Amino acid sequence: MRSFDLLRSKPISGELLKLKEEIHQYAIDYGLDFYPVVFEVVDYDTINILAAQGGFPSRYPHWRFGMEYDQLSKGYRYGLQKIYEMVINTNPCYAYLLKANHLVDQKIVMSHVYGHADFFKHNAWFRNTDRNMMDVMANHGTKIRRYMEKYGQDKVEEFIDKVLSLENLMDANVLFETSEIKRKREEKLVALEEEVAGQTDDRSQALKSFMRAKKRNDVDPSLPPSPDEENFDQMAPHEDIGSRDIMRYLLEYAPLKEWEADILGCLRDEAYYFLPQRVTKIMNEGWASYWHSKIMTKKALRSSEIIDFADKHAGVMAMSKQNINPYKIGIELMRDIEYRWNSGRFGKEYVDCNDMVEKSHWDLDSGLGREKIFEVRRTHNDITFIDEFFTEEFCNRMQLFTYKYNPRTGRNEIESRDFLTIKQKLLSSLTNFGQPLIEVESGNYANRGELLLRHTHQGVDLDLAYAADTMKNIYAIWKRPVNMATKQDGNEIVYCFNGKEMKPV
Amino acid sequence: MDHPIKRDHSRFRKIVKGRIRDNLRKYVSAGEMPVPKGDGTFKIPMPSIDIPRFKFGDRQQGGQGQGDGQPGDPVDGQQGEGGEPGQGEAGEGEGNKELEVDLSLDELASILGEELELPNIEPKGKKTLESTTDKYSSIGTVGPDALKHYKRSYKEALKRQIALGTYDPNNPTIIPVKADMRYRSSNTVVEFENSAVVIYMMDVSGSMGDEQKEIVRTESFWINLWLKSQYKDIEIRYIIHDATAKEVDETTFFRTRESGGTLISSAFKLCRDIINSDYNSSEWNIYPFHFSDGDNWSTDDTKLCLDILDNEIIPQSNVFCYGQVESRYGSGQFYKDLNSKYGEKSDEVILSKIKNKDAILDSIKDFLGKGK
Repeated sequence: MRSFDLLRSKPISGELLKLKEEIHQYAIDYGLDFYPVVFEVVDYDTINILAAQGGFPSRYPHWRFGMEYDQLSKGYRYGLQKIYEMVINTNPCYAYLLKANHLVDQKIVMSHVYGHADFFKHNAWFRNTDRNMMDVMANHGTKIRRYMEKYGQDKVEEFIDKVLSLENLMDANVLFETSEIKRKREEKLVALEEEVAGQTDDRSQALKSFMRAKKRNDVDPSLPPSPDEENFDQMAPHEDIGSRDIMRYLLEYAPLKEWEADILGCLRDEAYYFLPQRVTKIMNEGWASYWHSKIMTKKALRSSEIIDFADKHAGVMAMSKQNINPYKIGIELMRDIEYRWNSGRFGKEYVDCNDMVEKSHWDLDSGLGREKIFEVRRTHNDITFIDEFFTEEFCNRMQLFTYKYNPRTGRNEIESRDFLTIKQKLLSSLTNFGQPLIEVESGNYANRGELLLRHTHQGVDLDLAYAADTMKNIYAIWKRPVNMATKQDGNEIVYCFNGKEMKPV
Repeated sequence: MDHPIKRDHSRFRKIVKGRIRDNLRKYVSAGEMPVPKGDGTFKIPMPSIDIPRFKFGDRQQGGQGQGDGQPGDPVDGQQGEGGEPGQGEAGEGEGNKELEVDLSLDELASILGEELELPNIEPKGKKTLESTTDKYSSIGTVGPDALKHYKRSYKEALKRQIALGTYDPNNPTIIPVKADMRYRSSNTVVEFENSAVVIYMMDVSGSMGDEQKEIVRTESFWINLWLKSQYKDIEIRYIIHDATAKEVDETTFFRTRESGGTLISSAFKLCRDIINSDYNSSEWNIYPFHFSDGDNWSTDDTKLCLDILDNEIIPQSNVFCYGQVESRYGSGQFYKDLNSKYGEKSDEVILSKIKNKDAILDSIKDFLGKGK
């Protein structure tokens, strides 16, 4: 079900279409390669709706989309924020242009979008994303709406709330399924489908594997399965122990009703769909910005538009004292890489050179820059990108610093401008896409069928109030006490949520 | 057909207002109304619901930024130049849920009206207050260049050229001459306006602490704002009282702290006198507001109060509003007295209890929600 008809969007025509064709050609000439890009012109309300729904015209009913919409529309109404561009990682790629935007803005957006589209198609982390997500999302919506009709909106929504609590407990490595694993999985699915003949096939991938798990554990579904039981044989959860994919773990081993499992599976699919964008934010924006800047300044810009372009571009690149602007860091790093590989400032010889004069005049005229950044956009994610290319010179040039909360003055203060400190902090803020590293350690903790999660402490404690509420939600799914091993103020500690409250064991 | 997100939106609004899904209530970060910051900007807290997740404690985390400054310099409070643009990518939406904006008082009033679903006020009485305004509603043949009406001027030129036969449809060039020029010119319009007066009375006896006054101050700010948006001219008078009452200016009204007993009748008498001497009720919309913690000296005085209200104040007013601010010392008796006499459904008297700051909005809605 496509619901564009609900939206006041229409394909571009006239002058915009001409511009699109022009910019499309520039993008091709520069070697960008992408799935077809479909531009649609929408008004501000529609773009707010789309943005609130993660870019998709149709999602399942949930108040959080309403909340996003509320905030976006207010921000727009008070003139504080405006959504500029939006592009969806699908095939074809959908991109939205705001009707009220100036023609220069539309050009910037189009060039920017082609950058994103190229990135979506070629970056390794996007290799396994479902390019039919437009339909998948709409199907999830239909399904969940049906469950709501059947079981009541409050009940279903409440369950969704609980699942959303876990939405950040993902394993980025899942994105990197090797082809072999994928093939095996597909074979299994086919076999499974034959087993459950007669069932319609609109279930999520995850539900299918859930049903497989159920089959093996048919004895008493009310009992939480424990890894030690005999009927948990070859496919035993052992392989999932240590898994950060907690949603999947619960899907397989928590005592869920079928509709609950289906919803959990849908939401997991959606969360993983968005994950690649979270682990490549800096690169993705950097790449797109690099190309909008390149295409505009070298090709598409008319002389009368220069001031407008500069103004818009500067707005996007603005630095902030509180945050790293991914657009800025991304584009500068891309340019830095291009410059270094163009002039040969890489490799052992350059690094080992201690003569500062020689270093500053280093130019081997190697001209490998463009080739290098195309390679980088294919193989890296934010962490490896920063780890490999974030140099001391770059760090100083970007005037970066770290800040920290000072309890004495009650404010955040600049802490350090030391390169290693900054890089360390930047990397750790990107680790596990900025979320705490939490994995399942045992599904039969203390031999009582309790869940044990382990938080790998990386210098920052968990927010306990949030943790307590989250564990409450996991408890509601696992239906047995939930434990969490973590560190607070330097001490190892295990918290247990027993159905009523969370307390240290 | 509306987009389904409108349903999500109204569901979200209902959750925020606590009408459905009570279990989410504790995750709702409140805040509907803009908070004045004093420099002409307002903070607009966005209502939002936080989904609990495992996340890092804020304080230890810190972060990275870009810009000038030495170690030790604060990074808060300065926005990056030009805002970051709305982001294209989906998925993440966490961050600051507060907007800081410049708002004119008119905009603020309309937000207030919208959030609280306030009806427009039906003024009573004739429109008596005369006001004149100049409206540029007609066209003249003389005037300054700045007011030149190009379309009309060219029309005139076209007419002239056609009449003279110098207009060539194949080469439609129109050249206006001086006689073709038309200018916008003004007409003076006399308008009759409704006029209104708000009379605030506040108990400043010992039991009204700073917190209570702050509540009254905030509430009267919003009430004024709303009434000002409804009436073009509005006068505001302030009365404070303990055992005696006096009329004061705005600053004194909010600052004074008296002590001693409370005779509410003293304020009502003064209010009555002000109305009688300055405001003819057939021409003015009169809004007496009284705030107290509900303590009165004696039942005799309360009787006297009700008497004055009944016979002299209420007949002349649009509506009489009584707001009772909860305090540790107040007995709240006066509310009960008024309530037993007028009840909650009365058209002429509106009663409201204000427990704490959070109750201010509800109380404003009580007072102004009837459109009187």
